[in-house]
This record gives sequence, structure tokens and C-alpha cells, in this order.
Amino acid sequence: MTKSSSSSTVIKAEKLNLDFETNDGVVHALRDLDLEIEAGEFVSFIGPSGCGKTTFLRVIADLETPTAGSIAVNGQTPDQARLARAYGYVFQAPALLSWRTINRNISLPLEIMGLSRAEQQERVERTINLVGLDGFGGKFPWQLSGGMQQRASIARALAFDADLMLMDEPFGALDEIVRDHLNEQVLQLWKKTGKTICFVTHSIPEAVYLSTKIVVMSPRPGRITDVITSDLPDDRPLDIRETPKFLEIAQRVREGLREGHADE
Amino acid sequence: MTNLQKLLNAAATLCGFYALVTGIGALSPALLVAAGLVIAGGLRLSPVLAGAWPGAWSIVMRSQFDLLISFVAAGAVLAALHDGMAGAVWAIAIAAWLHGWLAVEKTIADDARSMGHNWVVSLGVPLFFGFWLLFFWEALTIGLGIPTVLLPPPSMIGARLVSSTAILMADFRQTFLKAVLAGYAIGCGSAVLVAILVDRNDFLRRGLLPIGNFISALPIIGVAPIMVMWFGFDWQSKAAVIVIMTFFPMMVNTLSGLSAASVMERDLLNTYAAGYWQSLFKLRLPAAMPFIFNALKINSTLALIGAIVAEFFGTPIVGIGFRISTEVGRMNLDMVWAEIAVAALAGSASYGALSLLERRVTFWHPSYRTE
Amino acid sequence: MTETLKQKVLPVLTIVAAIGVIWYGFTVYLNAPWQIDQYEKSATEWSMNDLVRDTMAHDRPVLPAPHQVVVEIWKTTVQKKITSKRSLIYHSWITLSSTLLGFVMGTFTGMMLAIFIVENRAMDKSLMPWIITSQTVPILAIAPMIIVVLNAVGLSGLLPKALISTYLSFFPIAVGMVKGLRSPDPMLIDLMRTYNTSRWQLFFALRLPSSVPYLFTSMKIAIAISLVGAIVGELPTGAVAGLGARLLSGSYYGQTIQIWSALLTAATLAALLVIAVNIAAQITQRMMGVPK
Ligand SMILES: Nc1ncnc2c1ncn2[C@@H]1O[C@H](COP(=O)(O)OP(=O)(O)OP(=O)(O)O)[C@@H](O)[C@H]1O
Ligand SMILES: [Mg+2]
Repeated sequence: MTKSSSSSTVIKAEKLNLDFETNDGVVHALRDLDLEIEAGEFVSFIGPSGCGKTTFLRVIADLETPTAGSIAVNGQTPDQARLARAYGYVFQAPALLSWRTINRNISLPLEIMGLSRAEQQERVERTINLVGLDGFGGKFPWQLSGGMQQRASIARALAFDADLMLMDEPFGALDEIVRDHLNEQVLQLWKKTGKTICFVTHSIPEAVYLSTKIVVMSPRPGRITDVITSDLPDDRPLDIRETPKFLEIAQRVREGLREGHADE
Repeated sequence: MTNLQKLLNAAATLCGFYALVTGIGALSPALLVAAGLVIAGGLRLSPVLAGAWPGAWSIVMRSQFDLLISFVAAGAVLAALHDGMAGAVWAIAIAAWLHGWLAVEKTIADDARSMGHNWVVSLGVPLFFGFWLLFFWEALTIGLGIPTVLLPPPSMIGARLVSSTAILMADFRQTFLKAVLAGYAIGCGSAVLVAILVDRNDFLRRGLLPIGNFISALPIIGVAPIMVMWFGFDWQSKAAVIVIMTFFPMMVNTLSGLSAASVMERDLLNTYAAGYWQSLFKLRLPAAMPFIFNALKINSTLALIGAIVAEFFGTPIVGIGFRISTEVGRMNLDMVWAEIAVAALAGSASYGALSLLERRVTFWHPSYRTE
Repeated sequence: MTETLKQKVLPVLTIVAAIGVIWYGFTVYLNAPWQIDQYEKSATEWSMNDLVRDTMAHDRPVLPAPHQVVVEIWKTTVQKKITSKRSLIYHSWITLSSTLLGFVMGTFTGMMLAIFIVENRAMDKSLMPWIITSQTVPILAIAPMIIVVLNAVGLSGLLPKALISTYLSFFPIAVGMVKGLRSPDPMLIDLMRTYNTSRWQLFFALRLPSSVPYLFTSMKIAIAISLVGAIVGELPTGAVAGLGARLLSGSYYGQTIQIWSALLTAATLAALLVIAVNIAAQITQRMMGVPK
């Protein structure tokens, strides 16, 4: 990537450890994680269920406190970064407030930031358009399909307009076609805005298609087994997924995942 | 026709025959017409008619036809009540009721097939049921000659409601408009505020939640005599009883409601760096609304009971509870029942208003979602 | 174990202790005016210590101190013969028996209504609104009349009071049980339909078992409210026995300590009853193989 040369480090994790105390013992969710993410990168996290992908994003977002090691977001502690509203988070489930219309859900973070009415409306219109939900702004979340709800929650994160986006399996609940479509859109958005994106997924093609960097993780204790830098061109039509280059990277990811499993 | 419907129809017809056979000479013309209609209704069971004349058959099968039979018969019975109730009249009363039931069964079967909200079903059916309650109350008390000092018939209570409006209004004002409203507002309002304060401290919350739950189950109404001693005979002491009675259910419900928002929703607000008050007003209070309304509804009935019972321990000479206890002593049961009717009406109206408000405020809750 | 102690018991005990302290504070504060009046009448010198001591030793205090109430309860339970008219155990038993009778009848009525409502749509539409309306009738207020009327038709003693408890307790049971009977997953019901189960097989195999947890939750509410019904049933009738009668006579004669001891006994009784239902719930659910 050309962008990385000119930019700074957005996320820097060193020897990051996180243990959960549970009733039946300690769960090592993250073990000795070292990772650096530069501004403008698109980083995918892939790994079997329960390997700590969500936990890592939550550490970045200051929703979880590491037991040892250090983590810096934009050179600050996660807490400072959160208070500076440095990132938008898309949760594994839509997490829309059911008493607010889609429009008002999207404007929720904007209200909290204290933006003016006009600014709020402008941003809501822009992002709702971006995710293809025009005309549904006046509906309530429960009147929409699961996929539409997830798109609304992406719109909400986009409206927040932070430079760092943390997305936890945002497309897990969607059908293949919509998923392809949204993949394209996220990619375009990323290119247009130059945001840094951390993206959790279970799909190898999705990870390869989207990312500049793929982080492969293995479970119990959760750690990084491989970091693959993708040298696919910036311009990625959907059929790039049939090219040998793409398949080669996908193969590396698959091997990384298998290795992790063999350890277990 | 379902089996149940056939059974109801057949039973009604039998009653009609019984009435005709036993009472042919003695029945009033209205009752005779009613018996005739009931028997005509029975003809619908015959397969011959259905085969010979399907168009007309499908019309007389309608629920409206049963409703007509039922009302004509009920009217005839009510008109004949004071002449003494022979077995034939009872048979027609029962036939009337069976046709009423049949009409409801048919209406509801139609409704099950159609979509959307049906006011006839959600309002008409219960009102119709209420009519039958009153009908049999009237028929039994007058027909069996139950002394009015034991149980007055609804017509007598109705007459009392009309003739003693002034007294009833004064009692209503004293008990409901003064004691109940004040106590309810103070009790519920302060409980919500206390719950919000307590909720900030985890230790307090964990201590108060079980205690509040326990106190809600106690016969708090027993503090009534103490409150009357402390706050005097007027409405203030009743309001105090209500405050104590409504406080704990509201506090407990609000506390549970404030933790009803899901972990993910709270995390979401955290990622926005939302402050305490922002997440309270934008997330936690709205999410608590179903719980708060639950308590508001429970409390609306508790409050009325609290005020009336507290009046047993001393009042100025006005108030629903006062009137009930004195009129019972004087054996004026129609007045007592009129007061009860006023209280029940006030209670139902408050409950209904709260339910409507709840529907508007918590329209998003799964139990109300439409579309 | 120590964890639950810290998490659950400690906060509760702290609050109870705080309530005790506040209670003592109010005892002194509320009883002080009368006491000071006494001092002045008899022109006694008094210190704060005297005041605190004396306000807690009134015969008819505005608010008795907790220990006075406890002593009174002790005197009227342990130190009295159970058959004595002044034994709180005797009065509790009177109240308890009508509570239990009313509760049993209320539970039965509530369950029957719930079954009718769930199995017949006409019943559902006609009855449900009236079941709710029934609770807006201040039944406790008609208690005296009900008892007079029932006495007149030859019913006396326990039953009239129990009927008031029944009226109050059938409601939570009916509402909870309807919820419970309707709680099975529609998918499970459809599954049973594919087995060609009859309506009653479906009821006994699926609906009834899934309603059990709801039933017990409602029973906890119902038994508490049955007790309230029994106590209030004793209030206005000039009844001579029962906790309600103790409340009433206490208020006639200004015997505040007697009122409070009856109240505290009622509270204990309520707690014991709810605990008993809880234990029954646990045993039943264990027998049904439901993990806690
Ligand atoms: N709050 C918690 N308390 C205890 N253990 C937890 C908690 N949150 C997560 N864990 C454990 O930490 C491990 C990592 O969980 P995490 O949610 O990060 O997995 P994941 O990689 O996101 O899985 P998935 O792909 O299924 O979403 C799991 O073993 C999980 O059981
Ligand atoms: Mg996850």
C-alpha cells in the first residue's frame, strides 16, 4: 500500500494478555499479542470461534481491560481514545434501540456528541444512502430484516465518522449477494475516506478480498499465528476472487488456520 | 359449524321446547315470541333446510341472527322478572344466554380467519360478557327473591347511582381526587427518583433490591392505623398509606428496569463516550419503561385499596371507605354497591388509561409490536 | 461462598442495620415532645441521656423502639400459652388458616380459569378483560359486607375470610398460568401437531409442564396477597381473633406496641410463606428434572 509510507501507527499492541476469571477457572482469551496497525490499513482478523477476535476489538475500544502488556490507540490509552471519540464500533449484532426509528438510531451518536440538528440530518441522509436504506429512515428496527438492521448499524458507525472503524463480523448475518454488495461498498468507502478498518470475519474470501493485512488467530490461549500482507491491487472488482493471486493468498490463510487447529 | 356450536344451538332449542311445553298457557306474549325464535334457531341444525335453500340458510346461520334471538329472549325475561320466575322463564333465560355464547363463538371464529385488529372482538365481546353478568345478577336476585339487604339487583344499584350522584361525587373527590392521586403521584414519583439514585451505587442496589422485593410482599396496608394516628383523619393520612404501599413496588421495578438495557447497548453508548446522564436518558430510562408501567398498573389498584381501607380507621364524614363502612351498618347495601361501582369504574378507567399510555410509550416492546 | 456472602448478604445486612438505626432515631425524635412535656409538668431536670432512655420506654409511644416490639412479641408468643386469647401464635394461626384455605381455593380457581382461557378463544376474549377489571374492585373494601352477607346465608368462621383471599389470589395465578400455558415455543407446538397429538395430549405433554415455573412465580405473589386478604378480612368485621383483629384493637386503644408487633408478626409470616412456596418450587422442579 502506498498510503502506509506517509502515515503513523494507529494501533500498537505489545505483549498484550487478557485473562477472564470465570467460575470454572481462568480463560486465557489473549496471549502475548504483538500487533501494529498503520493508518489507512484494512486489517482482517480471522480465526476459529472463541479465539479472542471480539475480545481484541473490545480491548482496543476500551470495553475490556488487558491483564498485562500494553496497547496504544493513536498513541493514547484506549480510554483517552474513547473519550476523544476516536473510533466507530459495529457490533456482532445490530444493537439498534427499538424505540428509535432508523434515522434516530443513526443520529444517536451525533446527539451525544452535541452536533447541531442540521448537521445531524445531513450526516444521517448521507450515510443511510451509502448503505442503501433510503426510504426506510422512518421505520423502526424491528420492522426491518436482519440484514437491513445490520446495514443500519453500519450507517450509524459511519455517521459517527471516526478515523478508525472496528467492525465485528458485520456481515455475518447476511446472504451472499447482499454481502458481496456490501463488501464492495465498504471497500469503496475505505478507499474514498482513507479510514483505518479492523474487520473480524469467519470467511476467508471476504478477508482476502477486503484486506491489506490479514491476522490469523488460534484459540486457547488466543494468539496470533500469522500476519499475511496482501499485495492485491487497490482496485478490486468482485471477480478478482477467481485470480491465481487471490487464491494463493487464500491458501496461505487456510494453512495458517489449520496450523492453529493442529496445536489444539 | 363446529361441534361446540352445534351443541350450544341444540341445548338452546331444548330449552325453548321445554319453555313452550311447560308454560304455553302462562307465558307472556313476549316470552312466547322469544321461545318461538329460539325454536326457529334450532331449525338451522336440520340438514334438510341447508340442502333445500342454501342461500337463506347461510344468512340465518350468521352470528347476528343469534345475537337477535339472544337479546329478544333476554329482554322478554327481564320484562317478566317481577311476575315471578317459573321454570319456563328460566329455560328462556338460559336459551338466551346460550345463543349469546353462540354469537360470540361465531364472531370469534370469523375473526380468527381475518387479519388485523377487530374492535368488535376486543371491546364488544367483553362488554357483551358484562351484559350477561348483570343479566343473571338481576334475574337471580329478583327471580329468587334474594333480600336486598344481602345482594341488591343491578337495577336498584343503578337507580342509587342516579339518585345519589352528589354524595357519590363528594366521596369520589375526597378519596380519589385527593388521597389517591396525591399519594400515587408522590409514591411513584419518589420511588423512581430514589431508584435512579440508588442505581448509581452497586452496594446499595444489591442491598435494597431484595429488601424492596420483600417489603412489596408484606401486608403494608396494616400501617393504616399508624398513619391515621400520625397524619390525622383527613386525606393526608390516606395519601401517606398509599405512598408507602406504592413506593416499594415502583422502586423494585424501576431498579430492575434500569438494568434491562442489554450489555451490548451499553457498550455502544460507551464507545460514544456518552456521559452518565446521556446514557440514562437515551438508553436506560426508555429501556426501563415497560417495568415502570408494570409498577404503575399494579400501584393503581393498590392505591385505591389503600385509601379505602385507611378510611376504615378514621375519616371526616366523607369518602368512599367511610360511606361503605357506615352504610353497611345501616343495611343500605344499594348505596354500598353504588360506591363500589364508582370505585371500580375509577379503578378500571385509571387502569385503562395507563394501558393506553403504556401502549403509546412502549410501542416498541415485543408484546405490542404491530406490522 | 465468601463471594456470595460479600455480594448478597452483606449489602442486605447493612441496609437492615441502617433501617434499625433510622428507626431508633425516629423513636427518640417522635416520642420526645410528649416526654419533654412530661418533664416540664413534673419539673424534672433532664439530660439528653434521660430523654433517649425514657422515649424508648413509653407504654403507648408514637413509635415504639424495635426492642420494645421484639420484647412484646416474645412475651406474647413464648411466654403465653398457645390457647390464650393474648397469644400471638394463636392469632397468627387464625390468620394463617384462612390465608391457606383462600390460597388453595384461589390457586385452583386461577388454574381452571387459565385452562379455559387458553383452550377456548371465546373465553379468552370474554373473560380476560373482566379478570383484570375484577382487581380494580376494591374487594378489601367490601370485606365487611361479604362477611355479613355470607354470615346471613349461614356461612361463618373461616370461609368468608378465605373467600376474600381467594378473590385476591386467583388473579396472579390466572394471569401467570395463562402466560405459562402459552409459553411453549410455537415450533414445538407445530412439532407436536406433526405427531398428530390430540389437544389434551398436547396440553399434558407440553403446555402444563412449561407452565410450572410461571405457576410458582405467581404462587409467591398469590400467597403474599392471600395473607393481606386474610388480615384485612379480619379488620372491619369486629373479628375477635387474628392478626387483623390485633391491629384493629391496637388502634382502638392506642396500643402502638401491639400494632407494631402484629405487623412484624405478619411480615414474618409472609416471609415464611413465600419461603415455603420457594422450597416447594425447588422440589417440584428438581423432580421434573429442571436444572436450577
Ligand atoms: N466476559 C467474558 N467472561 C468470560 N469469558 C469470556 C468473556 N468474553 C469472552 N470470553 C471467552 O474468551 C474467549 C474469546 O472470546 P471472543 O468473544 O473474543 O471470541 P471470538 O473470537 O470473537 O469468537 P466468535 O468468532 O465466536 O465471535 C472465549 O473462550 C470466550 O469464552
Ligand atoms: Mg466474536
